[in-house]
Amino acid sequence: MERQGNAPPDDIPIVLAREGHHGPVIHAANRTARVNGILPGSRVVDMRAICPELQVEFADEAGDHAALDRLVLWARRWCPWTVRDGADGLILDTTGSDHLLGGEAAMLVEMETQLSLLGLTARLAVAPTWGAAWALARFGPVRSICGADEVHFKLGALPVTGLRLDDATVLLLRRLGLKTIGAVMDVPRLSLTRRFVKAALAANPLMRLDQALGKLAEPVASVDAKPRFVVQSRLAEPIFDPAPYLPELCEDLCAALAKAGMGCRRLHLTVFKTDGDVSHVDVATSAPTRDPGHLHGLFRDKVERINPGFGFDLITLEAGGVEEMQVLQNRLDGGADDDLHLTRLVDRLSAKFGPRAVTRPVLRESHIPERAEGQVAALAAMAETGRAVTKERPLRLFDHPEEVRVLYAVPEGPPAQFIWRRQTHRVARYAGPERIAPEWWKDRPGTRLRDYFKVEDQAGRRIWLYREGLHEDGRGGDPRWFVHGCFA
Amino acid sequence: MSCMGSLRVQKRLAGQVRQPDPLTHTLSEAFPETATDAAAIGFVLARLPRTDAPILWVQDRLSRKEAGRPYLAGIGTRRPVIMVDLSRAVDVLWAMEDGLRCRSLGAVIGEIWGDPPSLDFTATKRLALRAEAADVPCWLIRRAASPDLSAARDRWRIGAVPSAPHPHDVQAPGAPRWALDLFRSRRSKPGQWVATYDRAQDRLNLVAPVRDRTLATGDGTAGERAAG
Repeated sequence: MERQGNAPPDDIPIVLAREGHHGPVIHAANRTARVNGILPGSRVVDMRAICPELQVEFADEAGDHAALDRLVLWARRWCPWTVRDGADGLILDTTGSDHLLGGEAAMLVEMETQLSLLGLTARLAVAPTWGAAWALARFGPVRSICGADEVHFKLGALPVTGLRLDDATVLLLRRLGLKTIGAVMDVPRLSLTRRFVKAALAANPLMRLDQALGKLAEPVASVDAKPRFVVQSRLAEPIFDPAPYLPELCEDLCAALAKAGMGCRRLHLTVFKTDGDVSHVDVATSAPTRDPGHLHGLFRDKVERINPGFGFDLITLEAGGVEEMQVLQNRLDGGADDDLHLTRLVDRLSAKFGPRAVTRPVLRESHIPERAEGQVAALAAMAETGRAVTKERPLRLFDHPEEVRVLYAVPEGPPAQFIWRRQTHRVARYAGPERIAPEWWKDRPGTRLRDYFKVEDQAGRRIWLYREGLHEDGRGGDPRWFVHGCFA
Repeated sequence: MSCMGSLRVQKRLAGQVRQPDPLTHTLSEAFPETATDAAAIGFVLARLPRTDAPILWVQDRLSRKEAGRPYLAGIGTRRPVIMVDLSRAVDVLWAMEDGLRCRSLGAVIGEIWGDPPSLDFTATKRLALRAEAADVPCWLIRRAASPDLSAARDRWRIGAVPSAPHPHDVQAPGAPRWALDLFRSRRSKPGQWVATYDRAQDRLNLVAPVRDRTLATGDGTAGERAAG
């Protein structure tokens, strides 16, 4: 399927490339390129040698995937049961719905017309099974229609690639001289069973053949379209401040959500200005909710940021990230849910200060102190690593270790005196060293090791001090000393 | 039976607002003697009730820059910590006050650098009332600040003193010891102590200092230096 939105002229060979193991490889090619001998899956540099005027664009695979998912729902206009098939196909279960469009042949013409209006080229086929439809759409005649009793001989002429097998199995069958599906059908069933008894579905021609012929069930599991929750208020004349209308909008939206048993995690407020411009304000929550007071509170400081221009006359509020939400009661006296309060607090803080300001530190697997702590979203669910901290660690850590000036160095242990932040510290007692080597799989070559000391100065302040590197380790000059944290 | 229990609970909560009960949690202020000293943090963490409820920890930019950020490996992972990194003292006070509306928090800790104009008597009074209404301990850690007028129920001046001897190593620092000065308190008698913290048992032992005179003068000079 090729998207022809603003397609380049058809006489230039154009390919889409994706990243392969050894440089970019061809993802898809247009007709001219295929005529010139470009094969999808081969390397771009090789194909440039064949066809020097080749134009290469990079493929947007995630975008294609999302577009196909939307197309699945769009195709519900013809039948109620649709599903995506692989990276480039749709399966429509049209049982009982073809007569509404004037029979199967007329239905296929209608589908092709509608898809071409979207700018899409499609190859269509009708067949009793998923596998047969897959093969006929890709390798059969144009708009082929296959009845329940003619699967055998319609499939028989198609190449063995039409069995949805992986490349290695197709190669194996070709080497065995089985070039068409009909040839595979003629092989005695017992021999195929013996040969492929342990193969997985994608490498098992017998199971794929059974699926195509309808001997092995392959149900179509349709996806449900997510319901859309939008409320709007049309105003008689343009206004400049949406705030008075927000509580009512939130209540209407939450009533709709409550009716469906859903909660939302995002809210999009859109105002349509009289001069044709549109402004958006988005807020997000950390857990699904449908409490109008809470949702209204999240907009408190954000509504002021809307530039009203000459005023607006339509406000819409849409719920995004809609999820099912159970009503929980965890206290016998009907009291409020404690966890809910916490999620609301995090929502309020994130809405006011931005989601990056509200974080939760977690331990990570690393010996380097600054890497042993990571930041996750405040209420992100995470598996407990269960890593126990065995060594004594300071209560406070500086984001950037601060270099100290050594006044009186001693050969073993920490300096006897050093200046940190313009104050002289005399080391009274110390513990250490604890040597932490650099992580060679992450750090740049030449990173020096660290020797950590817990030192206590004359006033009793306990400081975490480290020496970066060793004398004569060949990684720079004399080792330097840094303060990295403070103990209680 | 459960109805009776809930009634009793509600009665107790309603009574707290009018008449501060010595057992309720409230707002306390801690003034570290020097800005980089983590003794105040150690003392605050040792004083928190032993629950698994999360801590809301709000820091302003200068505190984070000058005194570092809390390090989870040193604090321990028993209680989850929700960090809020802000830039202004007004925002810190707003976030703390908002956090005190949530009863499921184990504690609210705020760090404010210096004497911003927004941190006045009214602001501390609001925090204290909210903390008492929600029964959540609230600690305000004020570095490089002068102890001006404040509604905090307890006000501590905390500094580090040389640690206890290490049981196995003469040269190494042992269990931390802190010089505590409760210079204003609404609920108990002010006083001075030297606290020893036993990390393994999570136990704080307070002893009156033997040499009252020396410690008192030491505290005074350190306080002047921090204020100036």
